[in-house]
Amino acid sequence: MSPTTPLIKTFTIDGKPVSATEDETILDVARQNGIDIPTLCNLEGLTPTGQCRLCMVEIGGTNRMVPSCVAKPDEGMEIVTDSERLLKYRRMIVELLFSERNHICAVCVTNGHCELQAMAQRLGVDHIRYGYLHPRFRLDGSHPRYEVDHNRCILCGRCVRVCDEIEGAHTRDLRNRGIKTLVITDFDGRWGESATCTNCGKCVHVCPTGALAEKGKSVAEMAKQRHFLPYLVMRRKGLKK
Amino acid sequence: MTNEELIALAAQEAEDAKKYRYCLDICTGTGCMSSCSDAIATAIEAEVRERGLQNEIKVKQVGCMGLCASGPILSVQPLGLLYREMTPEEGVAVLVSLLDEKPQVEKRIDTLQPFFSRQERNVLENTGVIDPERVNDYIAVGGYTALIKAITEMTSAEVVQEVLHSGLRGRGGAGYPTGLKWSTVAKVPGELKYVVCNADEGDPGAFMDRSVLESDPHRVLEGMAIAAFAVGASQGYVYVRAEYPLAIKRVKSAIKAAEKMGLIGQAICGTPFNFRVEVRLGAGAFVCGEETALLNSIEGNRGMPRLRPPYPAQSGLFGKPTLVNNVETFANIPGIINNGGAWFARIGTEKSKGTKVFALTGKITNTGLIEVPMGITLREIIYDIGGGIPNGRKFKAVQTGGPSGGCIPAEHLDTPVDYESLKNLGSMMGSGGMVVIDDSSNMIDMARFFMEFSMEESCGKCAPCRVGTVQLYNLLGKFQAGIATEEDLTTLEELCDLMRNTSLCGLGQAAPNPILSTLRYFRHEYLEKIQPSVAAPPEEAL
Amino acid sequence: MLITNRKIAPPADDKRWKIVDVTMRKQGYSPTALIETLHTIQESFGHVSGEALEYVANSLNVPPSKVFGVATFYNLFNMIPLGEHVISLCTGTACYVKGAGEVVEFMREEYGLEMGQTTPDGKLSFVVARCVGACGLAPVMILDGKVVGRLSPDQMKTRIREWMSHDE
Repeated sequence: MSPTTPLIKTFTIDGKPVSATEDETILDVARQNGIDIPTLCNLEGLTPTGQCRLCMVEIGGTNRMVPSCVAKPDEGMEIVTDSERLLKYRRMIVELLFSERNHICAVCVTNGHCELQAMAQRLGVDHIRYGYLHPRFRLDGSHPRYEVDHNRCILCGRCVRVCDEIEGAHTRDLRNRGIKTLVITDFDGRWGESATCTNCGKCVHVCPTGALAEKGKSVAEMAKQRHFLPYLVMRRKGLKK
Repeated sequence: MTNEELIALAAQEAEDAKKYRYCLDICTGTGCMSSCSDAIATAIEAEVRERGLQNEIKVKQVGCMGLCASGPILSVQPLGLLYREMTPEEGVAVLVSLLDEKPQVEKRIDTLQPFFSRQERNVLENTGVIDPERVNDYIAVGGYTALIKAITEMTSAEVVQEVLHSGLRGRGGAGYPTGLKWSTVAKVPGELKYVVCNADEGDPGAFMDRSVLESDPHRVLEGMAIAAFAVGASQGYVYVRAEYPLAIKRVKSAIKAAEKMGLIGQAICGTPFNFRVEVRLGAGAFVCGEETALLNSIEGNRGMPRLRPPYPAQSGLFGKPTLVNNVETFANIPGIINNGGAWFARIGTEKSKGTKVFALTGKITNTGLIEVPMGITLREIIYDIGGGIPNGRKFKAVQTGGPSGGCIPAEHLDTPVDYESLKNLGSMMGSGGMVVIDDSSNMIDMARFFMEFSMEESCGKCAPCRVGTVQLYNLLGKFQAGIATEEDLTTLEELCDLMRNTSLCGLGQAAPNPILSTLRYFRHEYLEKIQPSVAAPPEEAL
Repeated sequence: MLITNRKIAPPADDKRWKIVDVTMRKQGYSPTALIETLHTIQESFGHVSGEALEYVANSLNVPPSKVFGVATFYNLFNMIPLGEHVISLCTGTACYVKGAGEVVEFMREEYGLEMGQTTPDGKLSFVVARCVGACGLAPVMILDGKVVGRLSPDQMKTRIREWMSHDE
């Protein structure tokens, strides 16, 4: 194949014929065609990691499921984004996330602006079948402008990625593993004492829940602003529109 | 080193060996070493010196002889006698009895018993025979001839063909055809490619790879070098778990010795083929046995699995095309190159060729390391080779595949051991751990044991595995305590289904297997723990 | 001169830092040397201290949060020093089937130690190994580096008591 003519693949999503260039993922194509696949860890502008598993779609004719945020389509594939089975799994995953930490919407600064809450509403999750794990986390309010509350964190890794990929500071990472995984600042220090943090606040605004928030906000006041992200991605790639 | 030099060296070694009347081999694998087997060697050597018999009696420290239950083991060659549970004094006594021409009868192991006669040793042919710390010992038994044959007489495509013909499948667990993997990496263009040996044997209850590395490290290096030649790689890594200090030491010294002989390094055997090998240590994370997590770990990162595609064959270590194979897979290669793929494929079943090494442990008489042809039944392994269940107890199940596998009950003991059959039973081949469970064990306890393992070893990247393992562990706790409800059983099965279908990596997908297989064969044990009278707790609101 | 190339001085005038330096130099102070370096530190010092993490982060030019993230991901690295004596119990499948769980109970009752804990006087640490690969000897424990196997759980308890009292 010649490098000048990009390979176009045609396939279907929920029965609708669509096409993709070589670089596009199933999620990209779905969005272009107005098909809304649920996502939580994914955020346009950040490297997709396929870790929340909500965007999984079925490949028709097989039993296989793939995360649409990273999977690229093959010619002739029949993608199903919405089925009883997918809905069941997505509900279960959201329930698992609710059971993992202490998500109490009624007292949360992002109540009404929270992606986890919106996802639960969208999928019709009205109760949690699993036992709450009730971990205990201390709030870190040492930063003059922001605060972190791990009780509301879903470990999507957006803050880690935005800090590394866009801001270039890599102030955040994860410590431990499995259920003990926790987002940390530098050597697991207090945020306010960080030597690497530039106080840019990007992590706060990409956070899907109330885990990262501006200080001084009351319940339901913390709406996130993300307009900067596509712009910065474009600037850093040196592209002009 | 050229082929002629290699043959000359092997001949010289054979000549040297002839002058000894007896050779006393002592097992110095991790198992016997923990019973201070090296002290036995030292004691016998001292006695030999004292009597001035250095030219008649040779004392050699060798690798694992397999029957770990009876260690430390002393072997007397060329008589072919084996002695069990030796101490330094008893070792000397055996020596004295030999010198008196009346080899001691006491503590002799019956070498005609099925444990030995039913085995078929290819990968393990040198273990317990050669001194793993002497490259000349390996060369004396034909070592490195396959490498020299491959790089001087064959094209890389021919090597790949031979491996394809052999039908060899990955011995690390999943059973992906090795030849296919090789040909993929060979086809990907790239100046720099890597060959990685996965020696992060994390399955609890498995020690095949440790034994191979400790007993015959050069065999693995030779397999890696042949693989590198076949796929066009120039750099290799052996990723060994840090819990195996002896294996690490022996691999490192093997690399040095092979480099010194020019069997690894620049312009091997006067050809343009270069191959260097380094050792990287694991640091206590089961997930690093997953090949993409392993690559992340070699790169100095948290050992989290990567998304596939891209597969390591296209973009692996440092983004370069990478071949990852397990220790036992590499150890099978020299035989295939020397004798041909057809020779290898003559053993086994239609889809599973060759022999497989198993670590036989748990409630079984002959615990140890065995190598058997594929297609042998579980019954033959457990009752003939393994000697059955000790202490008059009854066999209940055999667990294969570790935390990713399952428990196979008595009614399936006549199943042939191959990749597909074990999978159909809800277990898997895995890397080769076989833990026998007797009727004193409870299957819910077993399932919870494995779930605790998976919970603690989950990397935490994807939600189904990170939280699912904890929920499953807690649910099994309710069953253990006898306070489970019908609803808990449904939730348990649903969560298993979720993890199996939505987890990011193979480990998360396979983590529910211990529960699913015990539910399949021992469902009554779960049902007995359900309290029908207990009303379901009120649903908790968000 | 690039700031990334600046020479970082070790935290103290301790010879062991030289060993750590050798590991890093061998790999050209590449960020990929992180785990190898942590191994060397663990081996030389018996634990990975906060100052060690800082030194590695600076020397290899790896972000602090990443160094901490890697060091805590792997079980082998411990951030606090272990006790004077260490009992490591294998909790692999074969050992579990043969009663290793009883020894866990015993350590809790007799010494008040959960897995991974050290007594307040710093005398004894109780750690678990996932599998030491000596399943043929199950159940297996390691007392100060010496592998002890093929004992019944009751014999193991007696052995631990003996081993502890020898120190008095």
